[in-house]
Amino acid sequence: MAKKKTIRTIPQERTPMLEQAAAARAKNFQEVACGYRLEDALREAERCLLCPDRPCVAGCPVGIDIPGFIEKIGRKDLRAAYDTLTDTNLLPAVCGRVCPQENQCEGVCTVGESLESVAIGRLERFVGDTAIKEGWANIPYIEPNRYRVGIVGSGPAGMACAADMAKAGCDVTVYEAFHVPGGVLRYGIPDFRLPNEVIDAEIENLKKLGVKFECNTLVGRLFTIEQMIGEMGCDAVFVGVGAGYPTGLGIPGDSLNGVLSANELLTRCNLMRAKEFPNFDTPVPLGRRVAVVGAGNTAMDAMRVCLRLGAEKVYCIYRRSRKEAPARLEEVHHAEEEGIEFNWLTNPVAVLDDGSGGVRGLRCVRMVLGEPDDSGRRRPVPIGGSEFDFECDVVVYAIGTNANPIMGQTSRLRLNKWGYIDTDDDLATSVAGVFAGGDIVTGAATVIEAMGAGRKAARSMKVYLGLRDPCLPYRVDADAGDRPFGIDRRERNFVRVRMAET
Amino acid sequence: MSNFEIVTREDFSEVTYLLEVRHPLMARAARPGQFVIVMLHEAGERIPLTIADFDREAGTITLVVQAVGKTTREMQQACRRGTHLHALVGPMGVPSTTTHAKKVVCVGGGLGVAPIYPQARALKESDAYVIGVIGFRNKDLVFWEEKFKAICDELIICTDDGSAGIKGLVTEGIKQAVARHSDIDEVIAIGPPIMMKGCADTTRPFGIRTMVSLNPLMVDGTGMCGGCRVKIGEEVKFACVDGPDFDGHKVDFDDLMRRLKRFTKEERMALEHWEKGCRLQQQIDATAASPGGGSE
Ligand SMILES: Cc1cc2nc3c(=O)[nH]c(=O)nc-3n(C[C@H](O)[C@H](O)[C@H](O)COP(=O)(O)OP(=O)(O)OC[C@H]3O[C@@H](n4cnc5c(N)ncnc54)[C@H](O)[C@@H]3O)c2cc1C
Ligand code: FES
Repeated sequence: MAKKKTIRTIPQERTPMLEQAAAARAKNFQEVACGYRLEDALREAERCLLCPDRPCVAGCPVGIDIPGFIEKIGRKDLRAAYDTLTDTNLLPAVCGRVCPQENQCEGVCTVGESLESVAIGRLERFVGDTAIKEGWANIPYIEPNRYRVGIVGSGPAGMACAADMAKAGCDVTVYEAFHVPGGVLRYGIPDFRLPNEVIDAEIENLKKLGVKFECNTLVGRLFTIEQMIGEMGCDAVFVGVGAGYPTGLGIPGDSLNGVLSANELLTRCNLMRAKEFPNFDTPVPLGRRVAVVGAGNTAMDAMRVCLRLGAEKVYCIYRRSRKEAPARLEEVHHAEEEGIEFNWLTNPVAVLDDGSGGVRGLRCVRMVLGEPDDSGRRRPVPIGGSEFDFECDVVVYAIGTNANPIMGQTSRLRLNKWGYIDTDDDLATSVAGVFAGGDIVTGAATVIEAMGAGRKAARSMKVYLGLRDPCLPYRVDADAGDRPFGIDRRERNFVRVRMAET
Repeated sequence: MSNFEIVTREDFSEVTYLLEVRHPLMARAARPGQFVIVMLHEAGERIPLTIADFDREAGTITLVVQAVGKTTREMQQACRRGTHLHALVGPMGVPSTTTHAKKVVCVGGGLGVAPIYPQARALKESDAYVIGVIGFRNKDLVFWEEKFKAICDELIICTDDGSAGIKGLVTEGIKQAVARHSDIDEVIAIGPPIMMKGCADTTRPFGIRTMVSLNPLMVDGTGMCGGCRVKIGEEVKFACVDGPDFDGHKVDFDDLMRRLKRFTKEERMALEHWEKGCRLQQQIDATAASPGGGSE
């Protein structure tokens, strides 16, 4: 038996991850962070104290058994580590790369109280990548039942729900409007942060579970949600269509050529491969000087894509300070290294016309942080007379997105006042048998939260269909009244219970 | 679901061709005024095309295409009966509202002639008095005359040079119709932006409701990129999900025309790049076909 680890005996510093040098990577689309090698992973796994409190598990939106998988890395049993991860997380190679770990598991890590926290995300990615390299997939024994499930949207929410329902034995089809599946993972997040091969591998795993993908299918217009549960014979439907309707700046000049949304830029570049124009037909507006408005992940991605497309200068314009920037810390850090010029506490007031319909520059005003607003963040207020102009020829706005109107236009699903789909706590919508989750319910959030929602909806769907759910088995802690012998009442038989989990 | 097989190809002129594509589900769902997004091949761009017709029994939709840019020219070369499109998604957009109009002028010019047809037909089916006004450059480019005659109570053909119908733009046709009928409830116009602008300007003094179908550049067609944004009065709308039909008297056509030029330079580059490839291919083919060619 190994000696008990203490904070003093573990490697004190976080194991660095190999990265492409900033100057080189700013000119290519290859992945920035190269991932851990086995020896790096072993060293980093050594840093986990396997503490009994396990705050990291509570910090993870899907409750991954983090110490469990790290302990298995420590024993060099990577396959077992992968099994533990995939018990809860369908997409470890994706989440290890894109989760905001600093606000989740790593933010509450016990080691982090005195040293740098354990690099949980990097370890997760290491295991996920190893699985892809080795071709591992956890395909359980699946006993088909007679239920058909339709999933609308192939982003992380849809994928997670599809996987769980397929494992439960349902006949699952995912309908996607684009010509390839993946949602934001595909069209939004660029290759240098999340390579296409990783998404492909995860989708292959879904296909191995029996999930079918129907691309080029705009649900609502080609057929409606009501038709799915009616004539198409779906017993349950999950709606995970994301929320990508970009908001404009609403300032003078924002319809000039040369002003575009980050979604348009990224879709052209990532999905349509405009970076390889003219070998691929889709062009992208190339700017010499690009101003990107916003400081979330989308903004960081847009800035770094512009740099790689050959822009000489890329500016970030954000009305709050660096501390409030919603992007992952690592992305801000990478963007800074690559030479993005950050203008914190700056707000655009007008896009300036070059006289021929294009952009000549951006007029901005300096801001200070005032009182906290509803979100708890300090509200930025303009400083009188601080307006200034600077030169740029492309303006990209990455200031948030809204719900897409198609579902509302074409179905009876009840929406809330902002146009997002209204659900109860179990993610059931106002239409029986239809569940929803991900960005279309919560507004723009994160990959892991969307996945968590997909899984939660799957759980409710199983209850609705009266399927036994291995995720909620025998509960010893339950009070006997409702759950005699520790078994949920609804779990005792296979009768289809048309009611939400109580 | 469908492999987007082309079942019919018909050429109306040097530049205009018709494709009928098999997609039974879409044929069932399509309504007048909607459009599709097409990708010719994996490396292609996504281009919006208005659904010119649909046949629910045969399970097909019809597209009428003008070879103007790289993709539409490449499609003209590649799309034959029995070939397949890489992607076809739709029907997109809000279907045209079935108006309770009793007397309607349906105007189609250039690439708008085909898509105005299902609208005119739908109106006829709902018992409206339909006046068709369709415009072409000259007599040789005229198509679907019989088809329109069958569903229109009156048909005015306009040509730039007067070689068929009346001489002049479709706005001339509208003026004639308005002069003959004082009780026109609505004008529906589809065509190049400059034409739709002309139509809106023509009807404005008469206060006749005028609907136009806008055709900005699009990427996804699902409301996700904002590339298709248009100015309608004071508001910004996305043509792909909020349209494509809008009140012509409120549309900022100058903004639309300016935004259509966003990628003029790149479009020319793409076309040149492709034509170079075609010439190279021709040379290779010629060498291979010529006696002794390819024997080296
Ligand atoms: C550029 C960018 C960078 C990001 N970076 C990060 C990050 O680093 N970390 C992180 O955690 N989160 C990040 N996010 C947020 C994260 O990607 C989203 O929260 C997450 O993808 C939401 O998942 P979803 O499944 O709800 O929707 P989406 O991923 O948006 O997927 C929805 C899918 O549904 C399809 N669809 C829409 N309408 C229809 C319809 N009518 N019929 C059929 N299909 C339809 C869409 O085409 C799309 O493929 C980023 C987002 C963006 C835009
Ligand atoms: S085409 Fe992208 S939003 Fe309309």
